[in-house]
Amino acid sequence: MTKPLPDAEKLLALLAERMRPWVSADTALIGIHTGGVWLAQRLHKVLALRQPLGTIDVSFYRDDYGSRGLHPKVRPSNIPFEVSDADIILVDDVLFTGRTIRAAMNELFDYGRPKSIRLAALIDRGGRQLPIAAQFVGDEYAVAEGEQIELTKNEKDELSLVLNRARA
Amino acid sequence: MKIQIKGGRVIDPGTGVDRTQDVFIAAGKVVAIGEGPSGFQANRVIDASGMVVCPGLVDLSARLREPGYEYKATLESEMAAAVAGGVTSLVCPPDTDPPLDEPGLVEMLKHRARNLNQARVYPLGALTQGLKGERITEMAELLDAGCIAFSQADVPLGDNEVLLRAMQYASTFGYQVWLRPRDAALGRNGVAHDGQVATRLGLAPIPSIAETVALSTILLLVHQTGAKVHLCRLSTADGIDMVRQAKSLGIKVSCDVSANHVHLSEMDIGYFDSNCHLVPPLRSMRDRDAVRRGVLDGTVDAICSDHTPVDEDAKQLPFGESEPGATGLELLLALTLKWADEAKLSLASALTKVTSEPARILGIEAGTIIAGARADLCVFDPQARWTVQPAILKSQGKNTPFTGYEMRGKVRFTLVEGNVVFES
Amino acid sequence: MTSYNLQLNAQGELQHLLTIEGLPQEIIVRILDTAHSFLSVGEREIKKVPLLRGKAVFNLFFEASTRTRTTFEIAAKRLSADVINLNVGTSSQSKGETLLDTVANLSAMHADMFVVRHSQSGAAHLIARHVAPYIHVINAGDGRHAHPTQGLLDMFTIRYYKKEFTSLRVAIVGDVLHSRVARSQIHALATLGVPEVRVIGPRTLLPSNVSDLGVQVHHDMENGLKDVDVIIMLRLQNERMNGALLPSAQEFFKYYGLTPAKLAHAKPDAIVMHPGPMNRGIEIESSVADGQQSVILPQVTFGIAVRMAVMSILAGNP
Repeated sequence: MTKPLPDAEKLLALLAERMRPWVSADTALIGIHTGGVWLAQRLHKVLALRQPLGTIDVSFYRDDYGSRGLHPKVRPSNIPFEVSDADIILVDDVLFTGRTIRAAMNELFDYGRPKSIRLAALIDRGGRQLPIAAQFVGDEYAVAEGEQIELTKNEKDELSLVLNRARA
Repeated sequence: MKIQIKGGRVIDPGTGVDRTQDVFIAAGKVVAIGEGPSGFQANRVIDASGMVVCPGLVDLSARLREPGYEYKATLESEMAAAVAGGVTSLVCPPDTDPPLDEPGLVEMLKHRARNLNQARVYPLGALTQGLKGERITEMAELLDAGCIAFSQADVPLGDNEVLLRAMQYASTFGYQVWLRPRDAALGRNGVAHDGQVATRLGLAPIPSIAETVALSTILLLVHQTGAKVHLCRLSTADGIDMVRQAKSLGIKVSCDVSANHVHLSEMDIGYFDSNCHLVPPLRSMRDRDAVRRGVLDGTVDAICSDHTPVDEDAKQLPFGESEPGATGLELLLALTLKWADEAKLSLASALTKVTSEPARILGIEAGTIIAGARADLCVFDPQARWTVQPAILKSQGKNTPFTGYEMRGKVRFTLVEGNVVFES
Repeated sequence: MTSYNLQLNAQGELQHLLTIEGLPQEIIVRILDTAHSFLSVGEREIKKVPLLRGKAVFNLFFEASTRTRTTFEIAAKRLSADVINLNVGTSSQSKGETLLDTVANLSAMHADMFVVRHSQSGAAHLIARHVAPYIHVINAGDGRHAHPTQGLLDMFTIRYYKKEFTSLRVAIVGDVLHSRVARSQIHALATLGVPEVRVIGPRTLLPSNVSDLGVQVHHDMENGLKDVDVIIMLRLQNERMNGALLPSAQEFFKYYGLTPAKLAHAKPDAIVMHPGPMNRGIEIESSVADGQQSVILPQVTFGIAVRMAVMSILAGNP
């Protein structure tokens, strides 16, 4: 019997409280485009972090470039703080195979040598293909084959989770 | 050999006769049309039902590439191409290597051609030595060796004084001078018509005035000297207008255009198709339409193939570096028929442009089917469709802008002096 | 006759970049957007991304050019590609090998991408028609025909400073007749919807059918620059300056050189561009080249990002 889809807003609040004891004012947050950026923006505010928010687009580091080509919509990465020696938390909406996180880490290391990298994900859907784990998770949710779970935002900037057919 | 061509649609373009009837050939001549001579026993009967029987085509320009350019084509291959195209008489320009400015070279060419027993070759002698435009050639000697007229091929003659003297000299003896109007300086580094295509593609331009400025000079010199001049390969609307006007003023000139210019324009260059790199260049659609009007109203007397075989390597180069020219002997008939279709002309009218009219310009006995004429004939299937592919061309020049085009009209038999020299 | 678009594959994806003519607007915009992301790569400590790792990019320059070749080399290396430079004057071409033979030999050495510059219009098209299906060709300038990456970086520059295209007046000044850069710019400006493109120059330096390209023709620079938002100065080559096209560099500068006085006719926030290298005192006065409105140096930086974008989009397509 499939679990009902969690409420993204409630999950976000839960995730923030899970993170709170483990972050300091100097913790740097980097959101992964696009869902991760929305989450990171909200977390950054709720956790009152001092370091400016970073955003990262992993298109240039993906491992499927050879088979799928360059992503049609690439956005600039923007990391407005010194990566070397920073305590960084990467934020993504859905943790799945772990390849996006691998790409994000590779990209981060081209900026400098961070002191530590942790991962916060709203949803962990299992199905890891690489040895990657999230330190902070909102909820676990198993998604059927051929489907995917996505974070969306409405005009009032309210977040919600939806299930869609998986893209090829 | 006695031959009866049975049941073909016999067209004599010069007289407009167009009737299904038999043609009887003996001893190299047409002995009768319609009713056979009594007691005529044919050695061979050719079934021409459904076909057209017309005079062999007379092509006013076909480069055979000998002597000197044997890597581009040889006499054997090009003469085979000629008869495959139904061409029984052809004129070759003097721009061989060395140019045809020595009687010995002309004799050798004529001798080689004669031995092949295919089309008749009428070489043009060089007007100036080495085609350099400085000293006139020994025209009498060249004529004796077999030249039919004198020409500068595509090499512009920049010195008007020399041009005047050459025309005066030729006119003394009534020799014909064939000139392609091309100014020596205007557009001399150009490779494409100065129009929208050259502008977009960044190709060095050749303006129309490169033709018309030279043409006006030639026409004035004709008026001055009374020389018999044939104008080769007109390509511009303004040039055609000038010839029309000159003829209406009584100036005696004749002119031809290439079959390529009857059909194609600069637009066919597409993205740098070097098969469309021609001399003169393919011009605007307006120019092409004027060429077609000129052929229709008689301003243009003849259509020729301007057959110019080019080796593959010389075409597989960026447009401006590629060698200009297109193969054409095997396309002349089909292109003429295509024009006839589009202009809604009778076959007889259209065929005058490649038979009786060029024969008249040359002053040779050809281009007619009447009793007593030499049996130079072409029998073709007017309905047969075929696609232009390099592999099926007999010419060594596979370079044609018409690759892939579907053509109508296929030669089945070609006869020269009563002998079947080609059949398919 | 080539009636299909050689640059796009059957799926409409970019296979070669030969000319801006015929490129859909979406592809141009995608290249500009992607280039924007590559700009930030150039500001990091490690200015590389691994996209073209293991790929071989061959720079085939049949016409000498240190600047353009260097920017392509930098762009390829920032994508982690291996770069081989061939200045054909010293290699087999001068020994009589045909263009296509040179290309075939290099393809056999497992090239993935050719960046080609040649003095003849159409050379890049010829090469693209003959390479193996998996090899991508980028035209780095062919004769007078096209210089698409320059056109694209010029559009990137305009978008960077002016934000959008649909209300701009752009003037291109100088030797349009011989300029592949101008032709590429004109096509790009038209595709991106710039409503008014002007060319300014003497009759001898403008093609006779230039208005067929959709531009307004001006022979008077002051009128031509009136209320213009973008001024693109073209380079005047030495060969043009004496002889039948122009009497002298001085006379050209007098009528068509960009000075502060002439610049004042344009909008006060107009930007001044030049594909480089500049001839100071002939096309442009130093005070303008080095002045507030000049974006000539940023053009160079943008050129690397744009070329990275083109290469990474091409290499990602089959």
